Amino acid sequence: MSIVAVQLGQCGNQVGHEVFNTICGDVRGTHGLCSKKENEAYHDACTERFFSEAESGVPVARAVLVDMEPKVISQTLSIAARSGHWKYDDQSHFCQKQGSGNNWANGYSVHGPRNKEVIMNLVQKEVEKCDRLSGFFTIMSMAGGTGSGLGAFVTQCLRDAFPTSFILNHVIWPYGTGEVIVQNYNSVLTLSHLYQSSDALLVHENDVIHKICAQLMHIKQISFRDVNQVIAHQLGSVFQPAHTAEAGLHYSRNPLGDLMEALVPHPEFKMLGLRNIPQMPENSLAYSTFSWPGLLKHLRQMLIANAKMEEGSFRDPSLYTSWLNPQDAFNAWKTPRAFNKYEKSASLVSNSQFLLKPLDNVVGKAWNMFASKAYIHQYTKFGIEEEDFLDSFTTLEQVISSYTNL
Amino acid sequence: MTQSVVVQVGQCGNQVGCRFWDLALREHAAVNKKGIYDEALSSFFRNVDTRAVGYKVYGCQYRENIVEKLRKTAEHCDCLQCFFIIHSMGGGTGSGLGTFVLNLLEDEFPEVYRFVTSVYPSGEDDVITSPYNSVLAMKELNEHADCVLPIENESLFDIVNKIHQMINSGKLGSTVKPNSLVTSSAGTAKTVQEKPFDAMNNIIANLLLNLTSSARFEGSLNMDLNEISMNLVPFPRLHYLVSSLTPLYTLADVNIPSRRLDQMFSDAFSRDHQLIRADPKHSLYLACALLVRGNVQVSDLRRNIERLKPSLHFISWNQEGWKTSLCSVPPVGHSHSLLALANNTCVKPTFMELKDRFMKLYKKKAHLHHYLQVDGMEQGCFSEAISSLSDLIEEYNELDASKGGLRTDPSRLKIAV
Repeated sequence: MSIVAVQLGQCGNQVGHEVFNTICGDVRGTHGLCSKKENEAYHDACTERFFSEAESGVPVARAVLVDMEPKVISQTLSIAARSGHWKYDDQSHFCQKQGSGNNWANGYSVHGPRNKEVIMNLVQKEVEKCDRLSGFFTIMSMAGGTGSGLGAFVTQCLRDAFPTSFILNHVIWPYGTGEVIVQNYNSVLTLSHLYQSSDALLVHENDVIHKICAQLMHIKQISFRDVNQVIAHQLGSVFQPAHTAEAGLHYSRNPLGDLMEALVPHPEFKMLGLRNIPQMPENSLAYSTFSWPGLLKHLRQMLIANAKMEEGSFRDPSLYTSWLNPQDAFNAWKTPRAFNKYEKSASLVSNSQFLLKPLDNVVGKAWNMFASKAYIHQYTKFGIEEEDFLDSFTTLEQVISSYTNL
Repeated sequence: MTQSVVVQVGQCGNQVGCRFWDLALREHAAVNKKGIYDEALSSFFRNVDTRAVGYKVYGCQYRENIVEKLRKTAEHCDCLQCFFIIHSMGGGTGSGLGTFVLNLLEDEFPEVYRFVTSVYPSGEDDVITSPYNSVLAMKELNEHADCVLPIENESLFDIVNKIHQMINSGKLGSTVKPNSLVTSSAGTAKTVQEKPFDAMNNIIANLLLNLTSSARFEGSLNMDLNEISMNLVPFPRLHYLVSSLTPLYTLADVNIPSRRLDQMFSDAFSRDHQLIRADPKHSLYLACALLVRGNVQVSDLRRNIERLKPSLHFISWNQEGWKTSLCSVPPVGHSHSLLALANNTCVKPTFMELKDRFMKLYKKKAHLHHYLQVDGMEQGCFSEAISSLSDLIEEYNELDASKGGLRTDPSRLKIAV
């Protein structure tokens, strides 16, 4: 089954491009460390999932690129095409001439409705190229205007048009300081709206990824490209074909469905986090060896402090909330094939309280600003009123409360 | 690709405008060696001639004429995003006609942003009635501009002097790259002797170039002009931004260690680099934007913000009030540059001084008759204008009052469990 990606705004398009790059590079790589048959099965599953075939033989990413101004999309399209190994469909993009100005209201209330038909047509075309649709994977940031505002609107449209498909929103959480001043407003509005229409929100925090780049990968002058590549690697490690428990020896046919089923037991809890190990600079790879116990121990320690070892430890009931059975709560997906030059790697996707503190932070700061009515005139200009803000705050306080009481 | 239209009004406006076009062409020529008219260039120019039309018209009866010219220019734009108005506040044409045009733009093109670069008069201005002109203009700026970048000739003069001193004192080990001087037009089409104001006007021209760089060139974190307004203007009338530009020159040696890069950030917050005499470090920041050009990455940005934050006072509800952008293309002659725009209560003293100078004249009704002779001008215009300015000062006062006091955060919404 196939996944259609929707890349929204500058961040969405820049990250999306790295994701397809990573996936393509992984599949083409010779580091598989498994049997030829295994490799071929992997290759086929991955291709079906993310690419469609073009006459030229170059795989075409199943993606729709959306932005309100043209610079980023044209760059993304040309860099992909130049790689020679994959590209985007020349028709599958939409842009306007002027950006959303970091204004959620502009993205949601103006650009959204104005361009709904065109964008949904593009999505429909991509969907038709799929034999069977597993669902949608949208990539956006919360801080700006297009990814966040238009992204929330598009997610709603996807939900309306495809009520039975899964929608997974990949959301980039901005740096705590200094990307966009109104990022807290934009984040609050985005999260509250996404919570209604999306099945799950997979979150990456720029601050966390930045630390990985600095401390684990030892990159000196970290650029957004470095950050995006780490994000892409982490996403790839989850979305590349793997065997789930039920599927047995075959690669999972319904990746998004399996993910949702495993991770979202209750619609009140939709925030997912992702951790992946190991992460290290490429030139250290040759000198490192890995063991499964070591990796899993590390992962579990990342989940909570003071952990015990072994995979079995993930079935410890104390990790999970009382209304869940550890058997249901924990799933392991495996594949013998190595991913992206790491001889062994493991990823943990969890639905837990790890986002509670950042969420509480963002809501707190946004509320503070809201109390002094700062910048509100910029939003009311485009039709988002104070009541809309209050609704969003209420929704998120509810989410915070639910996660706190776990 | 969005377009901007530059409207140059009055003597000051036109002189600055000319410097601007020269430097803009030079910048695009440097990027595009083949001299092909490309997309980035099209943000300012149309095929052969420029969009800047200097206005030498006077008075309201030319309104139709002006509207006509603006319409024609706007029609050539695919997607007009912004008007840049360059004028002075002290003179008659610049301030009067300039703000008249501002009004006009709001009426005819309400959705297009209006950025105004205003040169404020100094205390020893040779135009006696400059306080009147300025305060009357301020009312219009308050109500009709989206963003105003106030500039003082004294600051520009100081920058020019500083550069001359550095060059002549021979303190610099290597030679300074001539085209890197923020005051020079080396490498442009201009072959005439440089006039005295040219160096100062070049600084303003560079300001405009840096402001629009992210809209014209690519980068990893773009910032369009509408984002400047969105992020830096928390309340509609408080849209006066203090600008500072670095570097002022670049040495000829190419290797720039990161210490030099950090120095650039520090300089942007030093008073020597500001285009207006004000003291932001001892006042309250409402918001701050950093527009970075060249080979600078997000980690450099973050490092410097962390470093500088402790010495700056931000208002309680905007402690992380930083807006940043990264544009890959540096200005000509530099490997990187930084334009800082601050919405800071330090502009208040400037306005208060203006008000004082106005009141000195107004109390004695000095020179008032010249204005009242003009059709449409009444005493009411003056009282409205001064009241508008007083209100503005009061708004800044209220915000200042919140500084330093212990402020408890407003309590959050409670959810029934």
